[in-house]
Amino acid sequence: MPSNATQGDGHFVADVEETPVGAVDSFDESSKVRTTWSDAWESMRSRPMFWISAVLILFVVIVAAFPQLFSQTDPARGCLLPDSNGAPEAGHPFGFTRQGCDVYARVIFGARASLTVGLLATILVTVVGTVLGAIAGYYGGWFDSILSRVGDIFFAIPTVLGAIVLMSVLPTRDPLTVALVLSLFAWPQIARIMRGAVLSAKNADYVQASTALGVSRLQILIRHVVPNAINPVIVVATTSLGTLIVAEATLSFLGIGLPTSIMSWGNDIGQARTSVQTAPMVLFYPAAALSVTVLSFLLMGDVVRDALDPKARARR
Amino acid sequence: MLWYVGRRLLQLIPVFFGATFLIYFMVFSLPGDPIAALFGDRPPSQAVILALREQYHLDEPFIVQYLYYVGGILTGDLGTTYSGRPVGDLLASAFPITFRLAMLALAFEAVAGILVGLIAGLRKGKLFDASALVVSLLLISVPTFVLGFVFQYVFAIQLGWFRTTVGPGAPLQDLILPALVLASVSFAYIVRLTRGSVSDNVSADFVRTATAKGLSRPRVVRVHILRNSMIPVITFLGVDIGSLMVGAIVTEGIFNINGVGGTVYKAVQLGEGPTVVSFVAVMVIVYMLANLLVDLLYAVLDPRIRYAK
Repeated sequence: MPSNATQGDGHFVADVEETPVGAVDSFDESSKVRTTWSDAWESMRSRPMFWISAVLILFVVIVAAFPQLFSQTDPARGCLLPDSNGAPEAGHPFGFTRQGCDVYARVIFGARASLTVGLLATILVTVVGTVLGAIAGYYGGWFDSILSRVGDIFFAIPTVLGAIVLMSVLPTRDPLTVALVLSLFAWPQIARIMRGAVLSAKNADYVQASTALGVSRLQILIRHVVPNAINPVIVVATTSLGTLIVAEATLSFLGIGLPTSIMSWGNDIGQARTSVQTAPMVLFYPAAALSVTVLSFLLMGDVVRDALDPKARARR
Repeated sequence: MLWYVGRRLLQLIPVFFGATFLIYFMVFSLPGDPIAALFGDRPPSQAVILALREQYHLDEPFIVQYLYYVGGILTGDLGTTYSGRPVGDLLASAFPITFRLAMLALAFEAVAGILVGLIAGLRKGKLFDASALVVSLLLISVPTFVLGFVFQYVFAIQLGWFRTTVGPGAPLQDLILPALVLASVSFAYIVRLTRGSVSDNVSADFVRTATAKGLSRPRVVRVHILRNSMIPVITFLGVDIGSLMVGAIVTEGIFNINGVGGTVYKAVQLGEGPTVVSFVAVMVIVYMLANLLVDLLYAVLDPRIRYAK
C-alpha cells in the first residue's frame, strides 16, 4: 500500500486515513439527507389514513376541476318541473329536487364552489397570518403590541358570527367576498400560532450562529426562523381548510353565503330543507358530499400533525 | 386571585370597545347608504328610514354615532328590530330559552365527553378507544345543520321519540334533541382532548408515585389523572361558547325554537339587517363575558395561572 505519510525532520505525520479523526470525518456522501420533511414523509406514507384522505382529497379536487367528466347532465338546464322530487332513474342515480333538478349533477357541480371558497380563504388566512405573526414575533416592539391588540379584538368575535353580520349587509355576494369575509375573522388564530413559534425559534443556536456570521436580520428571518416555525401553521391550515368549508356551507345554508345562482352544497342543503319530510334523500346527498370532503381534510390534518410533531408521534 | 380578576377585567375593556367598534364600523361605514344595505332587496318605507336615521344618528360624524351606540349598550338600550320592538324586550323573552338549551348542551358535552374521553384514554389502543376516535371524527366532520336534519328526520319523524319542532315555552323534554345536536361537535372535541391528556398523564411521574404509595386505582384515576387532564378541556370550553352560539342559530332555526339563535335565523332569512346586527352584537358581548368566566375558572383550577407575574 503506497503511503504518502510525510517522514522527515524526525516528525511523523500519519496519513489522514490512518487516524481516528479520519474515521470521524468521513461519512457516506451518497447517503440520503434526513430533513424534517423527509422524516415527515416517511412517517406519513406508512399510515393508511394518509392514503385514504389523500385519495379522497384528490378525488374531490378532480371533481371540482372537471365536473363534466362525472356528469353528462348540465344541472343548469336539466331542471324540469314534471320531475319534481322524482325517484332515482337511469342516468339520474340520486333522483330529483323539488324544482326537478338532477341531484347527482348538482352534487358534482357544487364541489367547485365549496372548494374554491375554502381554498381561497385558507390561503388568505395562512399568508396573512404567517407574515403578520412572523414580523410581530421576530421584530417585537410597537408592531407586535398593535398586532396583538388588534388580533385580540378579531379573536373576540367568533368567525361565523362576524361573517353573518358582514354578509347580511354586503351588497355583493360571490366566492371572493365570502372568502374575504371568512378570512377577515379567521386570521388571528394563525397569526398567534406563528408569533409563538417564531418567538421560540428566534433564540435558537443556529440563529445566533447566523448572526455571528454576519447574516442580515431579514435573511435570518426568511432562511432560518420561518422554516423552523412553520410546522404548527401547516397543521392548523390543513384543518382550517375543512372548517372554512363548513363555515361557507353554513352561511350559504342560512341564505347569506353564495347566491343561489352559484351551485354549492350549502345552498342545496338550504333548498332541500323545506322538503326534508317528504324527500330526505335530496338533502342527504349534498350533505354527505360536504361531510366526506370535510372529513378528508380533517383526517389529513391529523396525519400531518402526527408527522410534523415528533411528540405527538411518540404519543400515538 | 382578586388581582388576577381585576387584571382580566381591565384587559376586557379595550377588547369590548374594539369588537363593538368593529361591528359598528363594518355595518355603517360600507360604501353606499347603510340603511339600504341593511334591508337588501326590500327597501323599507320612508317612515322606517327616517326613524333609523334618527336612531343611528346618521347625520352626525361616524365616531359620534359609535359613541351613541356604545352608550346605548351600556345603559341597556340595545336598539330596535325591524318591526320597531326594542331588542332588549325580545332578548328578555328569548334569552332564557337559549340559556336553557345551551346549558343542557354544555352539560351533555362536558359529562359525556369527559367520561368517554377518560375511558378511551385509559384503554388506549383498545376497541373502545378506536371506536370513540372514529365516532368523534365523524361528528366533527358532519356540520351542525346537517346533523340537525338527520336527527330530526330519524328520531322525530321516523322513530317518533321526540317532537319535530319545539313547542311554545320550550319545555325541557322538547329541548333534549336540539341540545344533543348542538352538543355533538363539541362533544367530539372534548372526547379527543380528554383522551389525549389522560393518555399523557397515565404515564406521568406523579401517577406512578400515587400508585406506588398505595392509593387505590379509582382514587388515582379520579384525583390524579382526571383532575390534571381537565385543564385543556376547560380552556376549550371557553372557545367553544363561540361555536355554541353559531350552532344555536342553526339548531334553533331547524327546530323552530324562539330563542336568541332562532330570532337571528329568522331575521337572516327575512333580510332584516337591523335585527341581525343588534342580536349578533349582543351574542359577541355574551361570548366575551363567558370567556372571562372561563378564564377565572381556569385560574381557580390552576394556581400557576393565578400567580404568574
